[in-house]
Amino acid sequence: MGATASHLGKDLLSEYQELTFLTKQEILLAHKRFTELLSREDKNLPDPRAPTEAILTLPELKSNPFRERIVRVFSTSESRDGLTFEDFLDLLSAFSDSATLEIKSHYAFRIFDFDDDGTLDENDLEKLVNCLTGETDETRLTPDEMKQLISNILEESDIDKDGTVNLSEFQHVISRSPDFVSSFKIVL
Amino acid sequence: MDNDSVFYSARTGPTNPLLDQLPSYQSLLYRRKPANGGSKRRSSSRTRMGSSGSGRWGGATVALREEKTPPLQRPVRELPRTMAEKRRDREQRLEQDRELSSWRQRRRSLHRSLKRLRADLQERLSSLVLWRGDIHLIEGMFGTGILSYFSFLRFLVLLNLVIFLLMFSFVMLPIIIAPHAGGNVTFNQADGSVCSVYPTSARRGLVIFHEHITDLLSGGGFLEQTYLFYGYYKVHAISFPGFTYNLPLAYLLVTVAYLCLSLVWIVQRSATGFKRNLIQDEDRFQSFCNKIFAGWDCCITNEDAARLKRSSLLYELKTDLEEERIKQKIADRSRKERCRIYTIRLILNVFVIAVLAACFYSIYRATIFSQKAQMEKVNFMRDLIYEYLPSIVITLANFITPLLFSVIINFEDYSPAFEIRFTLMRCVFMRLTSIGVLLFSLWSQITQCKEGPCLCGYNHQLYSCWETRVGQEMYKLTVFDFIIIAAVTIFVEFPRKLMVNYCGCGLMRWWGQQEFAIPQNVLEIVYGQTICWIGTFYCPLLPAICTIKYFFIFYIKKVSLVNNCRPATRPFRASSSNFFFLVVLLIGLALASLPVMVGVGQINCSQACGPFVNYTVSWEVLPRTVSLLPNKALRDLLFALASEAVAVSLFVITCVGMFYVIALAGAHKRVINQLREQLVMEGRDKRFLIQKLCQAQRMTPARPPVPPGGPQPLARAGRDGSAGSRSSWGSPSYHTSFSTNHSDAMFLANAPPHGSTHV
Repeated sequence: MGATASHLGKDLLSEYQELTFLTKQEILLAHKRFTELLSREDKNLPDPRAPTEAILTLPELKSNPFRERIVRVFSTSESRDGLTFEDFLDLLSAFSDSATLEIKSHYAFRIFDFDDDGTLDENDLEKLVNCLTGETDETRLTPDEMKQLISNILEESDIDKDGTVNLSEFQHVISRSPDFVSSFKIVL
Repeated sequence: MDNDSVFYSARTGPTNPLLDQLPSYQSLLYRRKPANGGSKRRSSSRTRMGSSGSGRWGGATVALREEKTPPLQRPVRELPRTMAEKRRDREQRLEQDRELSSWRQRRRSLHRSLKRLRADLQERLSSLVLWRGDIHLIEGMFGTGILSYFSFLRFLVLLNLVIFLLMFSFVMLPIIIAPHAGGNVTFNQADGSVCSVYPTSARRGLVIFHEHITDLLSGGGFLEQTYLFYGYYKVHAISFPGFTYNLPLAYLLVTVAYLCLSLVWIVQRSATGFKRNLIQDEDRFQSFCNKIFAGWDCCITNEDAARLKRSSLLYELKTDLEEERIKQKIADRSRKERCRIYTIRLILNVFVIAVLAACFYSIYRATIFSQKAQMEKVNFMRDLIYEYLPSIVITLANFITPLLFSVIINFEDYSPAFEIRFTLMRCVFMRLTSIGVLLFSLWSQITQCKEGPCLCGYNHQLYSCWETRVGQEMYKLTVFDFIIIAAVTIFVEFPRKLMVNYCGCGLMRWWGQQEFAIPQNVLEIVYGQTICWIGTFYCPLLPAICTIKYFFIFYIKKVSLVNNCRPATRPFRASSSNFFFLVVLLIGLALASLPVMVGVGQINCSQACGPFVNYTVSWEVLPRTVSLLPNKALRDLLFALASEAVAVSLFVITCVGMFYVIALAGAHKRVINQLREQLVMEGRDKRFLIQKLCQAQRMTPARPPVPPGGPQPLARAGRDGSAGSRSSWGSPSYHTSFSTNHSDAMFLANAPPHGSTHV
């Protein structure tokens, strides 16, 4: 790939700049933080893959309730475990300030789709709300409230009334959501 | 699960060239390509199957896309694909470019290098942004709601700096550089009348130290005859070699310019917020989708903050759900209950008005008393208190009334969302109108003479230079405001934190740690900004003082926030915050322009000081300059523009334009509703057709396989959002609503998997 663990080649850097939304400083900082996550043996591999547990120790991801989903979505390995540096750059690019709304909403949809079936159905939405409010029993909504909430969400976003939210319905509702761009942002 | 088996079969099935001929797929390609490539659709269907990297689908999609590359392509980084795929796309595009003519190639590479240059420039500019590190820290600890307050503060610092630079470069700079640039300054001549007597207020003889402090805090004494106040600018014109610089005209035009500049900048900043808030056609306070899908601030890095964010989200959801139930309850109210509630509301509103009137009257009396008391100096402490009496009364009133309003609103039985808004509006009104009352009482003093109508148009005995007086009052308000903010932080919030942390008694625990209440803090700084806007005409250095004041307030608030405060239980959303801040700021601007316009256009300017000595009213300098223009046509044009005919016709045109746009919006809404209903019907039609197909298949299992144009397209049902046209029987177009997929005839022979699409 042309990159050793300690140094990024210049043309590789400019290639990354073109292929992602990150600036040069951000790519270099990402490289630094990524190599810190690797174990000693992995550092000498040509294309090292940081394990999921190491990535989840990053402070930016540690407090995020969707951290495992995020790593799964951006991982390119067969078992969806661990990120290479390019996966990590893809992650940061999608979460960066200058990413387009479409990229962000596309990846947000994939992150929220817990069962990976391409639509957000009621189970996905329920898991989503529970992630947001907390995992313990006191911090959950009552079943009635959950049902009310999910029916409200589906009423707002399900255009064809089939009980699920697909990608374009999701993107439609996100385009009208004013908070999305500012909240879907991770800056190292 | 049956779903998975469908996917596996679909994966091993051959790609169907007939599929590309489906009308819906064709329209998808051409419609979506400029917006997002067809490959995007493919990639999302790929993820559904849980595979990553380039499988068969990856190869297939690339092959498909290559046949239909449009001339206009999106940049590679806007495609939601992995890095390896993006790299391959880029190489493909470069290869395509090599096949183009050399001129096109050069143009493309020029494009690319320009884009790179622009990105570098933007990166360098963004590193110069003020307080970036601090704001990033606050964002990580408290989320985007409180962050919006601090970026609003930063905006005000910049705005004040720009206003100061405007004032400085057009009013002060010519005076300062006149002796160095060979300019000849002509001062306003005193015409000897009784109106132009200006007794100096400089202290003579031995000046005691504390008098300097009094002067510094009240803007009198040694500060009065400086660049700080209007009275110092007694310049009539500056004649440089080559042209004459008309300072009174410049002074007036800069005043108008800074008001217009503030208006334009604020509107431009709030443009996106306006659009979103006006387009949202729901009658909910906040969209649930917005709260759930955009609810988590991914920038939070602090564990405690994350925990608090979770609990605040839970609280917000529960409150909003309850509000839905309350709305239902309100709609079910009986007539008797409604009458009762309306009478209660009427009584409480009358009470609120009475409280407001009492506050305004006390401000009026305090101002008059303070003005009278400034004539006789007794001792240091008492003088200072009398000087600051209006500020003290305003601050007290603004402290008590919000508490009162928040108690009253509980009895008025509105929905929780409306309660918050209404209380806020009342507080805004209270804060901003108190300045207006202060100014009104000042002006009633200035234009009131003991015997009948005033000789010079104003009370020249008490106020030989009334603009400087007004400037001094604004200066005092600003200084006092800053002192109060600093004092409250140091003497109230820090001890509260110490007491809550170290004293575990019940009272302390009930009082709890300080919450960073965003609305009240925002009102504070908007109040300060309104004073600045009003006062800049009378005190040209006031924007600089306000810049420094807001600069220090940023650090005070940041330290207080990080050490003392916890986030509010009811979160203030970033988007609605930005909109709310800018609306309140606009209200402040509107309320600030009113006194400035009255002062400039209505009240006679003082004859003893200032640049407008030779005019009756400050505004008069403009018509007089226009009448002295050499070009007759230009003169007539400018006079015609100022006439009533133009104003009335502009107003009529604006009204017509507004009505047209409102009618258009109404028509669009109707069309949107119709389209929604149509989409629902289409979905139902599709489900009906699929059911019938399944039944037909079930009836005749031995039938030879249906031609490829039939059910097989269903195998490729992508998860794209195409509504799908109603094509002929046998080749229904795919629709993403299906969470189940039907592949070829073999599977349809079995009972179709249950899903949400089946009744």
